[in-house]
Amino acid sequence: MSALAVYAGLGWRRWSAYRTAAAAGAFTNTVFGLIKAAITMGAIGAAGGMLAGYDALTGATYAWLAQALIGPVNVFTWSELAERIRSGDIAIDLARPIDPQAGYLAADLGRAAFQLVPRAAPPLVVGALVTGLALPAELLPYLLGLVSVTLAVVVSFACRWLVNLAAFWLLDLRGVMTLYLVASNLLCGLVVPVHWFPPWLATVAAWTPFPAMLQHPIDIIMGRAAGPEALVLLGEQVAWAIGLLVVGRAVFEIGARKVVVQGG
Amino acid sequence: MGEVLAPYRALLASRLRSQLAYRRSFVLDLIGAVGIGVLELAEVLVIFSSITVLGELDLAGALLLFAFAGIGFSLADMAVGHVDSLPRYLRSGTLDAFLLRPLPVLAQLITSDLQLRRLGRTAVAAVVLVIALSMNTIAWTPALVVLAVLTPLFSAIIFAALFVCAAGVQFWLVEGGEFANAFTYGGSYAASYPTSIFSLPMRVLFTFVVPAAFTAYLPTLVLLGHAGPAWTPAVLGWFAPVAAAGIWTVALLGWRAGLRHYTGAGS
Repeated sequence: MSALAVYAGLGWRRWSAYRTAAAAGAFTNTVFGLIKAAITMGAIGAAGGMLAGYDALTGATYAWLAQALIGPVNVFTWSELAERIRSGDIAIDLARPIDPQAGYLAADLGRAAFQLVPRAAPPLVVGALVTGLALPAELLPYLLGLVSVTLAVVVSFACRWLVNLAAFWLLDLRGVMTLYLVASNLLCGLVVPVHWFPPWLATVAAWTPFPAMLQHPIDIIMGRAAGPEALVLLGEQVAWAIGLLVVGRAVFEIGARKVVVQGG
Repeated sequence: MGEVLAPYRALLASRLRSQLAYRRSFVLDLIGAVGIGVLELAEVLVIFSSITVLGELDLAGALLLFAFAGIGFSLADMAVGHVDSLPRYLRSGTLDAFLLRPLPVLAQLITSDLQLRRLGRTAVAAVVLVIALSMNTIAWTPALVVLAVLTPLFSAIIFAALFVCAAGVQFWLVEGGEFANAFTYGGSYAASYPTSIFSLPMRVLFTFVVPAAFTAYLPTLVLLGHAGPAWTPAVLGWFAPVAAAGIWTVALLGWRAGLRHYTGAGS
């Protein structure tokens, strides 16, 4: 257990070493937030002031929260594990006296913990100044939201872990990664809230883990899902996290059994 | 002239051959690029599934706008998008190798990694363009035909300049590679929606500082006969070449300053 804590600490330290990179990421998230909030508010205005339960202010808040969370949750691609599989460095991970999946998960949680404030605060502050934010006044949604964001990081990690494992069987993962990026970005609610989807697309999204990565935490923080509804969303996130991690372990075992690393 | 271009032809040909050598990888990459194009289209369609007019554009108008911006950005991304890998060369010191060769560094960098797979995204936007042109009623005149043909081209030229601007900034930032994404990918994102839905400061930013509005929105206004919002009237739609010249001047000056700022890693 203490080894995992060390991994989490290393994840934090590794990412906190590059301050400029964190600032640049936050800046880009904020500029996209400005554009996204304008598009969202424009669409809600065109719909007569209300769209799928969002008015202009809550719509803009959704856009800003999405921009705030994409850094910590990391809804984009991650190819570190795939590169280690390809280069053979995975052998080092296999030789360590710690479970590789648990080790990488701990490091990813450390990364997310570091990025939470530097990546989320700038878009939210700019959002509060430019459009205003509709956030609940009581404490509970934020506490549940913190749990939900943590679970979102785990779900996101479990998905990225699985995509990376394809490197055991494929030489070039760029196409696979791009398709994952497309599917996850649309279905997690980054592009537009899942609640705006036409029914058939909403059904597709509901059958994937992607809403658990962004839409669920935002619904909980904004108080759109409160009380028992919030617990249902949290339960869904837990189920996806456990299910995907278990599948990820099984696939890793199969892949690791076939891997042949040249000695040297 | 032929002799001057010969090294570039050789560089480009080698890049293209290498990308086509692994057919299955290339096809997967191409499908990925088509997927990105479809994702962006899906965003527009999902938004228009609940509304009929955004800014002053209906779905047909928004698709025309989307197609212009999409063709322009994907072509620019294919031709020069890889200059955003400059920080990698800076960090590893491999830029020195470019400096030793008797060709301009920017030209070498551009020809070093032309990405054919991005054509997948161009294809999506081109299909949308054909559909959008048939959906809109445009009072065609010879001038408008010329505008419609030149818009994707100048769109690509403007986005290419934005990529070069972003690369020039990397000489100072190095670690802050993502900073530049705000203006390249952000510019493309802003260009795909009617600029009129932005607040005035943002509209001025994406018209006169980052000339994203010239790549699609303003020409679309001209084609569809809209007047355009205050400060950015539709008549600006004819001035994409001016915007392109302006942003390329900034890009090349920035690049030159950046290159002079660069000091080798001593490798």
